[in-house]
Amino acid sequence: MSMPPFLRDIEFAVDLSLVNAKGWCLDLLGHFLPDWTVVLASIVISGVAILALGPLVMMYLTLLERKVIGRIQNRYGPNRVGKWGLLQPIADGIKMFTKEDIVPAQADKIVHFLAPVVIVVPALMVFLVVPFGERMTAVNLNIGLLYFIAVSSITTIPIFMGSWASRNKYSLLGGMRTAAQMISYEIPMTLSVVPVIMMSQSLSTNTIVMTQVGDLDLHWFIFTPWGLVGFLIYFLCAVAECNRPPFDLPEAESELVAGFHTEYSGMKFALFYMAEYMNAFTLCGIATTLFLGGWQGPFFPSWLWFFGKTFALICVMIWFRGTLPRFRVDQLMGFAWKFLLPLTLINIPVAALWFFVPERLAWLYSIAIFAVSFWGLVKLNCAFVPEKRIYPLAD
Amino acid sequence: MIIPLQHILIFSLLLFATGLYGVLVRRNIIGILISIELMLNAANLNLIAFSKSTSLAPETGQIFAIFVIAIAATAAAVGLAIVLALYRVRKTVYTDEVNLLKW
Amino acid sequence: MEILELFSKIGIYATMALVLVFALGVVALRNLFHCALCLAAVLIGTAMIYVALHAEFLAAVQILVYVGAVMTLVIFVIMLTEHLGGKTIRQTNRQSPAAIIGLSGIVVLLGTLLMKTPWPVTAKALDAKVSVMSLGKALMGTYAFPFEVISVILIACLIGAIVIAKKDVSEKGPS
Repeated sequence: MSMPPFLRDIEFAVDLSLVNAKGWCLDLLGHFLPDWTVVLASIVISGVAILALGPLVMMYLTLLERKVIGRIQNRYGPNRVGKWGLLQPIADGIKMFTKEDIVPAQADKIVHFLAPVVIVVPALMVFLVVPFGERMTAVNLNIGLLYFIAVSSITTIPIFMGSWASRNKYSLLGGMRTAAQMISYEIPMTLSVVPVIMMSQSLSTNTIVMTQVGDLDLHWFIFTPWGLVGFLIYFLCAVAECNRPPFDLPEAESELVAGFHTEYSGMKFALFYMAEYMNAFTLCGIATTLFLGGWQGPFFPSWLWFFGKTFALICVMIWFRGTLPRFRVDQLMGFAWKFLLPLTLINIPVAALWFFVPERLAWLYSIAIFAVSFWGLVKLNCAFVPEKRIYPLAD
Repeated sequence: MIIPLQHILIFSLLLFATGLYGVLVRRNIIGILISIELMLNAANLNLIAFSKSTSLAPETGQIFAIFVIAIAATAAAVGLAIVLALYRVRKTVYTDEVNLLKW
Repeated sequence: MEILELFSKIGIYATMALVLVFALGVVALRNLFHCALCLAAVLIGTAMIYVALHAEFLAAVQILVYVGAVMTLVIFVIMLTEHLGGKTIRQTNRQSPAAIIGLSGIVVLLGTLLMKTPWPVTAKALDAKVSVMSLGKALMGTYAFPFEVISVILIACLIGAIVIAKKDVSEKGPS
C-alpha cells in the first residue's frame, strides 16, 4: 500500500492524538509538581478514561440494541428523546435513579446490597488489558489474556450472591443456571484462545495484536483454519458467557421472570444491566484483539478500527437475539461439553501442525481434519429418537 | 521485594492458624473443607515468598504452588462429592452425626 | 518515588489485614454462604499479594481456578444442603477453647522461630523475574513427570467425583 508521506503523517497524528494529549497533560504537570504526582496522574487519567468509557459504552449499547432489534422486528425503536433517540439512555438513567429501591423482607440485606456493586468491579477491571488502539492499552500486562479470563471468571460469584440473597425461587434457579452455564462455557472459551497464544508466543494483548501486523496482505488470525474455528468457538462461548440469546436461559423471561435479578429494582438493577453490557463489549473487544487483528487497519485511526470491529461483532450478537429461539437446558450443556470442547481440543493440534507444515499443505490437512471431526461430532451428538414414544408418567 | 520476608511469613502463619482453627472447631463438613482451602492458601503464600527471596531456581516455588492449587481443586471436588453422597444417604452434613463406624 | 513505594507498602499491609479479617469470617461466621463469600475474598486478597510478590501468573491461576471454579462448586453444594442450617443448630463443637489455646501456643512458637531464623535472603534472587515462558519451560522440562502425574490425578478425581455424586439408579423409583 503506497501513500503520500504527508497523509501518513496526518494519519499518525490523528491516530496518536489521544495518547499525545495525555502526554502533554503529564508534561505540564511535571513542570510544577514532583515526580511521583506525574506517575499518580498518569494512573488517574487512564483510570478516569476507563471509568467513563465503561458506562458510556453501556448506555449507547442499549440504544443500539433497541434500535437494531426494532428494525429486525419491523418497528422503529426509541426515537422520541433527542434526535434519533440519542438521549434515550440518559432518560433511562434518570428513570433508574429515581425508581424505588425494593429489598425483599426475607432477603439477606448485606449480600443483596453487595451483589450489584461487586459485579461491576470485574466488568470494569477487564478494560485494563483491552488494547483500544496503538499504544492505548491501559496496562500492558505480560499475562494480559490470562488476566482477562481470570477476572471475567469472578462474575459468577456476584450472580450467586444476588440470586441467593433475594430468597426467591426464580432468582435461585436463575443463579444456578447462570453458574452452570458460565462454568461450562468458560472451558471451551479458554481452550479456544490457546492456539492464538501458541502462535504469538505471548499472553500480552499488545504482542498478540503486533503479531497480526500486515498492511493489505491480512495476517489476521481469522484467515487461518485454526483461527477461523477458534474464532467461531470463542464467539459462541462469548455469547453464552454474557447470557445473551440464544443462550439466555439464566434470565429466560418466559420461565424465570428475570432470573437472578428478579428481585432487583432501580439503580441496583441498572448495575446488573451495566455489567452485562460491559461484559459483552469486552468479550467482543478481546475477540477483535485475538482473531480480527485488533486495532490494525488502513486509512482510519487505530481506535476507530478497534471500535468498528467490536461494534460489528456486537451487532452480530444482537442479530442472534433477533433471529434465534432459546436453547433447552440439556441442549445448552450438551453443546458446550459434547461439541465445542472436543472441537477446541482438535483445534490445538491443528494449530501445532500449522506451525511445522508449509502453508498450502497445512490448509489441506486442516480442512480435512476439521471436516472429518465436524461430521463425526455432529453424528455423535444426534439425539436418539425412538420410533415409538414412551410416556412413563402417563400410564 | 518491597516488604521483608518475615512479615509475609508471619501473615501466612496467622492465615494457616485461622484455617486450622476452622478445621478443629467447625461441625459442618463444608465448613471444614473451606478451612482446609485457607490452610493450603497459606502454604502457597510461603512457597511464593521463599522462591522470591532465596537463591533457589526462581520458578520452583511457583511451579509447586501450581501443583498445590491443582491438588486443592481435586480435593475440593472429591470432598464435596462425598458431602453430597453423604447428604443423600444420611440427610446430614455434620461431622459428629456421622458415627456409623464409631463406638 | 519514595512516596509511591510507601503507598504500595501501605496497600500491601492493608490487604494483609483485610485478608486476615475475612479469614476470621470464614471460620467464625454462622451462615455458611457468608463463609464461602469470605473465602472468595481471602483468595482474591491472596492473589493480590502474589502480584505484589511478582507472581502474576500464579495470581491469575489462583483466581481462575479457585474463585472461578472451586468456589462455584462450594456454593453449589452449600445451596444443595442449605435448608439444614437453621438458627438453632450448633455450628461449632466444644473444642473451641482448647483449639484457641493450642493454636496460640503454636503461633507464638513458630512466630518467634520465624523472626529469629536468619533467612538466606539474597539480593540476586530478589531481582530475578519469573516470566511465563520460563515457568512453562520448567513445567514441561524439569517438572514434566509431576505435571503428567497431576493430570492423571485430575482426570481420576473428575471421574471419581462424578461417580460418587451421581444419583443411584435404584433410588429413582416411581413416586
